[in-house]
Formats: sequence, C-alpha cells, structure tokens
Amino acid sequence: MLKIKNLTAEIDGKQILNGLDLEVKAGEVHAIMGPNGAGKSTLSYVLSGRDGYDVTGGTAELDGINLLDLNPNERAAAGLFLAFQYPVEIPGVGMTNFLKTALNSIRKARGQNELEALDFLKILKSRQKELGIADDMLKRAVNVGFSGGEKKRNEVLQMAMLEPKFCILDETDSGLDIDALKIVADGVNKLRAPDRGFLVITHYQRLLDYIVPDVVHVLAKGKIVKTGGAELAKELEAKGYAELVA
Amino acid sequence: MSEPLTVAEQVQALNKYEAGFVTDIESDKAPKGLNEDIIRFISAKKNEPEWLLEWRLKSFEHWKKMPEPQWAKISHPPIDYQDAYYYSAPKAKLNSLDEADPKLLETFEKLGVPMRERARLAGVAVDVVFDSVSVATTFKEDLNKLGIIFCSISEAIRDHPDLIKKYMGSVVPFHDNKHACLNSAVFTDGSFVFIPEGVRCPMELSTYFRINEINTGQFERTLIIAEKGAYVSYLEGCTAPMRDENQLHAAVVELIAHEDAVIKYSTVQNWYPGDENGKGGIYNFVTKRGLCAGARSKISWTQVETGSAITWKYPSCVLKGDDSQGEFYSVAITNNFQQADTGTKMIHMGARTRSRIIAKTISAGKSDSTYRGLVKILAGADGARNYTQCDSLLVGDECGAHTVPYIESKNPRAKLEHEATTSKISDDQLFYCQQRGLSEEEAVALIVNGFCREVMQNLPMEFAVEAQKLIAISLEGSVG
Repeated sequence: MLKIKNLTAEIDGKQILNGLDLEVKAGEVHAIMGPNGAGKSTLSYVLSGRDGYDVTGGTAELDGINLLDLNPNERAAAGLFLAFQYPVEIPGVGMTNFLKTALNSIRKARGQNELEALDFLKILKSRQKELGIADDMLKRAVNVGFSGGEKKRNEVLQMAMLEPKFCILDETDSGLDIDALKIVADGVNKLRAPDRGFLVITHYQRLLDYIVPDVVHVLAKGKIVKTGGAELAKELEAKGYAELVA
Repeated sequence: MSEPLTVAEQVQALNKYEAGFVTDIESDKAPKGLNEDIIRFISAKKNEPEWLLEWRLKSFEHWKKMPEPQWAKISHPPIDYQDAYYYSAPKAKLNSLDEADPKLLETFEKLGVPMRERARLAGVAVDVVFDSVSVATTFKEDLNKLGIIFCSISEAIRDHPDLIKKYMGSVVPFHDNKHACLNSAVFTDGSFVFIPEGVRCPMELSTYFRINEINTGQFERTLIIAEKGAYVSYLEGCTAPMRDENQLHAAVVELIAHEDAVIKYSTVQNWYPGDENGKGGIYNFVTKRGLCAGARSKISWTQVETGSAITWKYPSCVLKGDDSQGEFYSVAITNNFQQADTGTKMIHMGARTRSRIIAKTISAGKSDSTYRGLVKILAGADGARNYTQCDSLLVGDECGAHTVPYIESKNPRAKLEHEATTSKISDDQLFYCQQRGLSEEEAVALIVNGFCREVMQNLPMEFAVEAQKLIAISLEGSVG
C-alpha cells in the first residue's frame, strides 16, 4: 500500500529526513515514535505535500501512485488523509458546507458524480451516528471555538466522510485528556479496515494502548532506527529514546 | 471644404428641430461632449417637461464650477468630460445567443445564470426571449393590483410627475457632489418604485424583470419611495459581467422610507474591472442615500462589489425619524489593479436612532481597497447607537487594505462601538483545505466566502448563491 524508499527532505536547506524507508501494507496500523526533532511531523507534511518541505531524493508511493508528483489536493483524491496535530479554524465556513465541499471535490477528482445535498446529508447522519457526534458541532464554523477533544473528533469525522485509503494521524493525542483520547481512539478503531492503512505518529506510548499497532517504528535523526511489534512501544516508554538515538 | 460643425450645429442637424425641442427625433446618438445643447437634446429625446430641463440645466451650471471630490484613496488620470458620449440609444440587439461573446457565455455557465436570463443579459432582443416577457407581464399585473408602481424613471416622469417633482433630488440634492451633479444633468434612465401605504411588496423587485433597455447603466437614476408601513426589497445589478464602452459611470440612488416603512436595497456590482494589467475598466462613481423620514422606519443596504476598475461609493442613511434604523452590509473585493474606496455614512438626527455597519474588504493581486465610513450623531439624537465592524482580508502580499472611520458625536448620550480587524489567508488554512481535497482556488473561495458570511446572509437567497460563485470567479488567478 504505502511504500517509502530512501526519502530525503529538507526545510530551508536544513536536512530533516535522511533516507527513510517504510512500507505499510493494506489493513495494517504502523506507529512511528521518536524524540522531539526526529522528523515525525516533517514526514507527515512531506507525504501530504505541504509547501516549504522540499523533497531532495527518494520515492513515496500509494498503491503505485507517486505521491511526490502530486498537489496536496491530488494526494487527497488519491486517498491520502492527514489528521492534523493542530486542526485549523476557518471562520464563517460551516462544518456541513466544508464537509460537502471537500467530499464533492474528491469525488469529482475521482470521476464520481457530485452528491446532492440530500444524499450527502444521509451519509453525514450515518457517520455522525457511528462516531457519536452531536448535531451542535456540525452547526458551527470549522474548528472555531472547538475544544481540543472536539477538534480531534472532527478530524476523525472528516476521515470517515472522505473514506481515504491511507490515514496519517499526526500526534493526535496531543492536548487530549484520557477520556477524549479514548473517544478519538475508538473512532479510529471503527475505521480500521482490511483495505485501509494507518500511520500513527506519536510521542507517547499512551495512545497505542487504545489504537493497538501491528508494527512500531522508531524514528530518529530522520530515519527509521528500529522496528518491532506493539511491545516495542512499551519498552520505549520504560527505557526512553536515549539508547536508540545515541 | 467646409468648416467642422460646432456641437450645437451637430445636434441641430441630428434633430432637425426648429423651434424648441419637439418629438420625432430620429437619431440615436448625440455627438461627443458635454454642453447645454447636449442636455437639451437628452431632455427632448425623452420628451421631458420644461421644469425637468430647467433642473438639468441648473445642475449642469453648478457642475461646471464644482471641484472633483479629492478625499478618496483612488488615483486615475483626469477625466476628459468632453471626450465622452452622454446619450446613445441602446446597442443593436443580437438575433440569438449564438452571436454573443463566448467568454461571456462561459461566465454565465460558471455562475449558473438561468437560460432565459442569459439571452437578455447578453443583449439578445427581448422579443426573442419569450420566457422573460411572460414572466415580466404576469409580474406587472400582480404589482398593479396592489397599487405598486415599478417602472423606468422616464415613464415615471411622464406618468407620475407629482411624485417625481416631490422626491427627486430631495435626498441627494443635485449639488451634492460633482458626480451626483453630473448625473442630475445628464441621467438617461433608471428605476422608479412606489409602494403605497401599508403594502408589503410580495416579491423582490429586480431590474432582471424590468423589461427595459439594459444599456442605461452609465447615468442611472433610481428613486424608491415606501409610504407609511410599506415594505420593499429591491435588487440592483446582477452577477453577470457587464461590459460597457462608456468608462465613466455616475449613478444616483435615492430612497425614502416614511413612518414604519422598510426598504431593503441589495446590489451586486460586477462591471468590467479592466484586464489583469489594469487596462480599461469602468469608473463607478455612485451616490446612494436613503432617508429614514418617518419614525421607526428602516433602510438596509447590502452590497457585493466585485467589478469596476474604480469604485467610489458610500450608500448612506439619514436617520431623521425617531427610532429609525440604518444598516450597511458590504463586501468589496478587488483583484489585479482594481481600486475601491467604499463605505457608508450614518447620520443620526432622531432620538434613539440605531445604525449597524458590517464591512468586509478583500484585496488580492496588486489592488487597493479602502473602507471609509462616517458616523455622525447630531445633538438631537438622544440615545443613538452605532455598531461598526470592519474586517479586511489580504490575499497575497502585493495588495493593500485600509480602514478610515470618521466619528462625530454632538450628543454625550450616544453610544458608539467600532471594531476592526485585518488578516491574511494563512498557509495553514489553505493547506488544511487542500488536504481535504480542495484545489488552491477552491480553498481561497471557500475561506473568503466564510469571511463574508455575515454580509452574504443578508442577500436574498437566489442572489446569495450567485454572489458566492461570483466571489470565486473574481479571485481567479489571485493565488498560485
């Protein structure tokens, strides 16, 4: 599904990713852990195509499509979804309108017909119900005045609506208390599917108690330095990164 | 070899008139230039009464002495008033939509303008557009039953001279400013609306439905009167791009709301803004003012200004009646080399008068946009209140946005609030939208529409949908 080979990238001339290799198969959940400054968020931005992150070498393919050649919105249409660490407020743009615009842009890019309001609302209602999201949240402007927990649940709702092939969760646990964390993790678990892959980026092991990964990688100084099973996360929690980074 | 004819001689030749200006004028264009003869020609063409001709001439005399307003933050070369036409009959009509400019048709498609409107807007002869005729006819019958008058100002001058005499120039005096003064001298057509006492106009009145020549935009004059307890919502302009060979536009709009009357006036202005290098485009110098004459009356202006090379426009309210209310909701978008200096004036005269100003300014490209607003509280306006909110949004880093509020209060018991913000579309917002599948241009349009929401929701429904798409089209090419 997702194949990254020897990926190098820099910001303002400073090299952040140093030949990163990673392969995630359909249906798998991989976690990426690592100390601050290891390049975790850079990896998520490079994959999703944010401006200012310059790829200097290597490849990244999603189901054989070279992501690095595409605009951010084309990557989204190809099935890549990024759940943001800090979801952005868009004043005056209602949630429902935002979701409909996004879904229809993606459908159009995929050669599907755009949904009429009624059909769209049907899908929205059912996703909302599955994830236990209150009507009130959908009446507000995108992320405006949302609590930390609401913002992250909103990311999961968008993920559910856009039905991506591959999801990156960038430090989804940051700023969440334990109850909010459980709710968000619960939502993500509902979206796990045999044809969908996940990359869960986190600093702490805590999140991985709720979203149990198939594979755990340690990222340090811009490359994967260790790979193991779910137990690796626990080990890191106990020992810290110092040994691996040294 | 003959001497070139003077303007007066040309007019004379065109008209074949001898004693005074009478009917049967064949020509459809007055020669270039502005002088008394041209004004007489226009008045004769329109078969106007003597008093109106006098009024026009008086305006013209005054205009000659008046300086151009200098305070706006706009710049343009001096206007050569003698190098322009002041009267021309409607352009030759096309026989079908197939003859229209393909670029115009493309924009209609993007805006989703209804088919029957496309033909009319593109300048296809009205009798070819069956739908439009039938719609307008049934529409007129409905209004007649209620005693509502909705016609061109020329018809009103002919059929309702008393109302015209009483109200025309009563809110915007002919000597108000140079542009209004010019309009008073040379106006060619426009709309007239009269809503009788206690009548609520059952539909949005729109120039869409006024079967009249569309080429009246240059010196348009509109007069709307709402009698005691009446209500009317009026829509001016349309979202379709309007081209005109005449560069100078100076319109006047006057509104009068009597006791308990409500007038809602919505505008979408999309005149040709010039090309992406700043060449060409309309100078739109408009004087719009409403008088809340009676107690508890209300006038609400909503405008979406996307067109014109230069916009100079301050729809205002004179709040004379006690407890009367004025509102101004504005979205002004400039792109490329456009310049806009727009805002409002709220003059509080009556007790407990209230006004509300929400102005959204969006600048993109190399354009410059200014909000300029005056809130004036006179001594008698006990307990007057004003709330002003001005928000500017910048797209890119070569544009400018300015907010110039003027506040004059002569009453210590008045309450005024002013809020202003300036922001840029952030890279974070753009990237977030793009990650959800929107192209960069779609993302900008969505964010800008969100920014304008408070104003857009004051537009009548169908208008609002078109205006949203118009915002997207106006900003095309502003990113990337």
